[in-house]
Amino acid sequence: MTAHREKGRARLTATVLFSVVAGMVGLTFASAPLYRLYCQVTGFAGTPNTINVTAPDSVSADVVDVRFDANVNSALPWRFKPVQHQVDVRLGEEVLAFFTAENLSDQPVTGTATFNVTPFKAAPYFNKIECFCFTEQTLEPGQVVEMPVVFYVDPALVEDPDAQEVRKITLSYTFFPAEADPHDDKPDEDADRVVRAKDGAENG
Amino acid sequence: MAYAATAAHDEHEHHPTGIKRWLFSTNHKDIGTMYIVLSMIAALIGGLMSWYIRLELAQPGLQFVEDLQFYNVMVTAHGFLMVFFVVMPAMIGGFGNWFVPLMIGAPDMAFPRMNNISFWLTAAGLVLLICAGFVSGGMGTGWTTYPPLSSAAFHPTPAVDFGILALHVAGAGSILGAINFIVTIFNMRAPGMTLHRMPLFVWSILVTAFLLLLALPVLAGALTMLLTDRNFGTHFYEVAGGGDPVLWQHLFWFFGHPEVYIIILPAFGIVSQLVSTFSKKPIFGYLGMAYAMIAIGFVGFIVWAHHMYTSGIGVNARAYFTVATLIIAVPTGIKIFSWLATMWGGSIEFKAPMLYAIGFIWLFVLGGVTGVALANAGIDSSFHDTYYVVAHFHYVMAIAAIFAMFGGYYYWIGKMSGRQYSEPLAKVQFWVFFVGVNVLFFPQHFLGLAGMPRRIPDYPDVYAGWNMVSSIGALITMIGTLMFFYIVLSTLRSGSSAAANPWGEGATTLEWSVPSPAPFHTHEEMPVINAGSVHHAPHGQMKPAE
Repeated sequence: MTAHREKGRARLTATVLFSVVAGMVGLTFASAPLYRLYCQVTGFAGTPNTINVTAPDSVSADVVDVRFDANVNSALPWRFKPVQHQVDVRLGEEVLAFFTAENLSDQPVTGTATFNVTPFKAAPYFNKIECFCFTEQTLEPGQVVEMPVVFYVDPALVEDPDAQEVRKITLSYTFFPAEADPHDDKPDEDADRVVRAKDGAENG
Repeated sequence: MAYAATAAHDEHEHHPTGIKRWLFSTNHKDIGTMYIVLSMIAALIGGLMSWYIRLELAQPGLQFVEDLQFYNVMVTAHGFLMVFFVVMPAMIGGFGNWFVPLMIGAPDMAFPRMNNISFWLTAAGLVLLICAGFVSGGMGTGWTTYPPLSSAAFHPTPAVDFGILALHVAGAGSILGAINFIVTIFNMRAPGMTLHRMPLFVWSILVTAFLLLLALPVLAGALTMLLTDRNFGTHFYEVAGGGDPVLWQHLFWFFGHPEVYIIILPAFGIVSQLVSTFSKKPIFGYLGMAYAMIAIGFVGFIVWAHHMYTSGIGVNARAYFTVATLIIAVPTGIKIFSWLATMWGGSIEFKAPMLYAIGFIWLFVLGGVTGVALANAGIDSSFHDTYYVVAHFHYVMAIAAIFAMFGGYYYWIGKMSGRQYSEPLAKVQFWVFFVGVNVLFFPQHFLGLAGMPRRIPDYPDVYAGWNMVSSIGALITMIGTLMFFYIVLSTLRSGSSAAANPWGEGATTLEWSVPSPAPFHTHEEMPVINAGSVHHAPHGQMKPAE
């Protein structure tokens, strides 16, 4: 009987331990959305503030130099540049800036942009009110568009002992093909393959 | 000898032979032996890779490496093999399986069949990992497997998928093993063997098992995300889809830092047994030693980002991780000083296992000191990814763990095989190996301070001198390793027969109360442990219940 009870106890311990393992696996997968949320809320790793951003209420005399950086993933046949490379911005001042994107290919292409602010510690104070990066952008063959971004830098920047000395902020974008496939790094070949696959499907 | 199997249950007398004995084994001793053999095979493969690396690095320029990816593959496979298939199987699967049940007076592990599958999963993982090295270009990501290098864009072949599956399979085996150890230790201790009377080796395996239980699922989850990123178009780490490769670093190191304690805690346990046995004294500060391991295990989970100081984390995060990392020096200091205090005033016998225990303390302290340096975010900014880091972790966990393994092997081989090793040969082997590893790794501190980056097969001429010294050290280490394998073979073939307790009054743990070699079934009737009879008092009685 004691042997029986011992076996039951061992099973119970093992069950508890297996659920710990399952819980840790669950936490690991939960960490992906949690990490994103954490970055968005705290500005960690240069994530600018984009959630529920309202217009600034006061403008201060302090000026920061905001610079623009534009990159295109090699899989996307676009040219993408900032219209202005740099603007002087008063803290709390709402600013409209433009980027130019041009589709160099002969097909409509959809892209989506990731964004980042450096130095990272300035990111929580960088507020985007409106941005082309919030949605996917589709360009017709050869089309050139100007893409706007509306932002302001929170005057609270000067009150942060870690970040108050920041006077140069770089806003960086990288455009990727939307619905990127991990095997998409050779765009021409893949595009060909897709076209050929479609042909094959039609013929069949 | 009165302890030979008492044949209480006839079905327990069943003693399978031939391939069935090993393939279907549910015996903790046989499974432990298989783990040790597996780790020896993996050590030879991983060792060959490291010697190839040192051969290439002996001189500037490219001598042997023709395909640079192949060098990356060697570095990667060496790391994976040594961590997952040498140290973990030997110490946890091997010595853990053999001696945890023996030391706590249990007849076997709690789930013998699960024990079997743990081993064969590990063996399957080893095969998959070797595939990862040789399938179409190989896996050249480093053991950290950071995306984007490990993503489909830069490693498009299935090699990385093989590596991921290898770790999945071996990780599952380790998790099952960990559950088995915890259940065994919690539920199957002999009467009187309270938690606070368990030998420190059992404590170390218990804490390690909890670390495995909490850390390996995180690796499994992170690897699964990498696998789906690579093959099924998810974007966990893919920037293009809004993912973040730094997430991988967080998850990997949340596993990876406890992993280094998974490697070194069983070594602590072995060294505690050795120091106590050969000083003929109970371990100094037993409870402090046990709880220091728990503290190390706990703090190990909240310091992971000290591997990521250069990944752009904020100054406050760096300050926190610096302080938290430095705190680890406190419980490790407790351990070091308790070992020294155990030796203090002891009647020390410098047998080969004791030499290895003292060698371990030397290596661990030296690696610990450079660890205190590296813990500082400011200093690490310039040391990051240099040979200083390579020297640090080889001292503190890699070679230190190997020393504990060698010491444990010499200590227990009589109990495991019934044959005693040759003491003079083992002492020579110790000194060759000790000189070898120090000549090998000490100069790498200088190379790292001078800025030599790791994982690169070529270097400017200015680094030539110490690299040559380091490679000569690798040669000496190789001789020491081959000597070890010679001693293993000659012990098994012609070693003198070992007494039940070859170490005398200092060896007070229960495994020395059974004959050598330990019979197929032990502790079928549970021994009764009286207060003070185990390791608290070296002259205590260890009698199985009549």
